Amino acid sequence: MTAAQVAATVMDVRRKGDYVALRLAAPRIAAGARPGQFAALAVGGSDSPMLLRRCFSLAGWDAGGIEVVLAVTGRGTAWLARRRPGDVLDVVGPLGQPFRLPERPQTCVLVGGGYGAAPLVPLAAALRAAGCPVRMALGAAGASRLMAVAAAEQIADTVTVTTDDGSAGRRGRVSDVLPDMLTGVGTVYACGPMAMLAAVARLAAGAGMPSQVAVEESMACGVGVCMTCVLPVIGDDGRTRMTRSCLDGPVFPGDRVRFEAVGTVPADAVGAP
Amino acid sequence: MTDPAVRLDPAVSLAGVTFRGPVFTASGCAAAGRELAPYLDLGTLGGVVTKSVMRAPRAGRPTPRMAETASGMLNSIGLQGPGIEAFLAGDLPWLAERGIAAVVSIAGHSAQEYGELARRLRGAPGLAMLEVNISCPNVESRGQVFACSAAGAADVMAAVRREIDVPVFAKLSPDVTDIVDIARSCVAAGADGLSVINTLLGVAIDTRTLRPVLSAVTGGLSGPAIKPVALRCVWQVHAALPTVPILGMGGIRSGLDALEFLLAGASAVSVGTAIFADPGAPARVQCELLTALAARGFGAVAEAVGVAHGLTAPREVVAYGDEL
Ligand SMILES: Cc1cc2nc3c(=O)[nH]c(=O)nc-3n(C[C@H](O)[C@H](O)[C@H](O)COP(=O)(O)OP(=O)(O)OC[C@H]3O[C@@H](n4cnc5c(N)ncnc54)[C@H](O)[C@@H]3O)c2cc1C
Ligand SMILES: Cc1cc2nc3c(=O)[nH]c(=O)nc-3n(C[C@H](O)[C@H](O)[C@H](O)COP(=O)(O)O)c2cc1C
Ligand code: FES
Repeated sequence: MTAAQVAATVMDVRRKGDYVALRLAAPRIAAGARPGQFAALAVGGSDSPMLLRRCFSLAGWDAGGIEVVLAVTGRGTAWLARRRPGDVLDVVGPLGQPFRLPERPQTCVLVGGGYGAAPLVPLAAALRAAGCPVRMALGAAGASRLMAVAAAEQIADTVTVTTDDGSAGRRGRVSDVLPDMLTGVGTVYACGPMAMLAAVARLAAGAGMPSQVAVEESMACGVGVCMTCVLPVIGDDGRTRMTRSCLDGPVFPGDRVRFEAVGTVPADAVGAP
Repeated sequence: MTDPAVRLDPAVSLAGVTFRGPVFTASGCAAAGRELAPYLDLGTLGGVVTKSVMRAPRAGRPTPRMAETASGMLNSIGLQGPGIEAFLAGDLPWLAERGIAAVVSIAGHSAQEYGELARRLRGAPGLAMLEVNISCPNVESRGQVFACSAAGAADVMAAVRREIDVPVFAKLSPDVTDIVDIARSCVAAGADGLSVINTLLGVAIDTRTLRPVLSAVTGGLSGPAIKPVALRCVWQVHAALPTVPILGMGGIRSGLDALEFLLAGASAVSVGTAIFADPGAPARVQCELLTALAARGFGAVAEAVGVAHGLTAPREVVAYGDEL
């Protein structure tokens, strides 16, 4: 399903802890959406000094619309958080490669850090619908930064919560509880900060199972034309390329991302200086 | 109501080649077109100006490569690309098969590399024109950017001109003392036209980390923030070289922005950064431009080129019913 640019009416704006959930009437985007994909929202109106779209994981969708959940971290997200029902947003989506579902039913572990939990809720639902038992681990800095715990508890077989400060669930990081969750597991899925993804990919590989990670790189266009969103990824031919995370990602096999080299151009990358 | 644009012939001619419309995609802002296909009909545009291609594949700069600034952005992509061989095998045929005019942008580190790229492009199906990105460091001149030296720019243009017979445009940098000087030098060396302008060098600092935002420290500034600078450059070059066609660009995001470039002396325009805000921008800008031209009584795009140069005296404001 190709992406579309649509004028989407805001249906609902809700606070959820430290986050703001926006529901948007965007049936064309919803129709093609798959877990792990994202939408790019224009901010500030047509004469906006903020030229670039802001990207958000699709946190849910139904026939009428999509939901994104955002943390206010700067001007663009602050503007989005001030939208009211009836406002119209310019939205492009669904964008990027989704999580790949297993071919046969198997137990899956889903690991989310902060708002990285957003795409895991529809993923968990899709996995359950495909007959896969789902274990989830959701972590954040503190209780108010946890996302989607209630929704996860409705879908997943087990949900383990961690916070850095111990204000909810177990004190520590999701990667601390992950090793105990891996017995009998087929695939590990993760979305969250790069350091967390690196830890999850390493633990999964150590346990001999495949992982899929959804990365977050700064994006100017979101549609594959600008080359700002690249990171070093190993291709099918074994060679590392600076790969666009908006088009070829944001979901990559965990063992293909050169986490140690993110933010650099590794000397063995194709076309490295 | 009839669409006034329908009465206006959208075609433009640049150095003897006819293009379907006056709006192109800007180099580096549309890859080689394919990714934009879901959002607009590329075949209605003047053409696609492809990302500058080099001889070998190139990984570009480390990230972060981008910083949003007020009405603009900085980029330090570092010309990441597949190299000429993969470009000729995949990107150019995709455009050619769809009848989309390809303006191929080339970049190199020596005049000889530019010449070699032009030679490899000779006779390539779909190639309508070359745009020569001379905003690259010259390895033979202690890294001085070709576009900042009249002699360096002329060497490149002469090397390219010798190898190919499609029109060749030199893409000028605004970061020079006298852009007319460089423009004259390029034309004397065989450039058929000029693309005006490339990005301006800038810096952004992150006040939380106390460090530059870009890993490369400096990046190219683009977007509406640079439009007045771009218009000034088009104005100066057109005033000095009124018969040389100009492909104008820098901050265009509406048809009226594009019209300003035509009135200042551009024969056609490219839309770059606006694509990141609105992937359908080139087609929208072209439609708005044609409507605005028709509303002003122009019968062809070419009639508007440079008109502002003759009309510097105060004049009554006319309401043209532009959509604002
Ligand atoms: C695929 C993807 C999925 C995402 N999903 C979510 C989500 O579900 N919920 C959520 O809260 N956030 C998500 N983000 C991050 C979100 O895009 C940024 O927080 C947001 O763009 C910041 O905008 P700003 O104007 O508030 O911040 P500013 O810092 O003012 O933004 C300036 C510029 O930098 C870019 N930028 C800044 N931070 C980021 C970042 N972390 N990632 C990408 N671009 C950035 C912006 O797009 C903008 O162009 C996602 C990012 C990506 C790439
Ligand atoms: C991300 C990005 C990449 C660019 N890459 C190239 C390039 O490869 N070659 C080139 O000649 N110009 C390149 N440019 C410059 C544009 O083609 C254009 O000259 C400039 O951005 C001004 O136009 P704009 O404000 O409409 O973007 C790039 C600009 C941007 C923003
Ligand atoms: S964000 Fe532009 S190529 Fe990925």
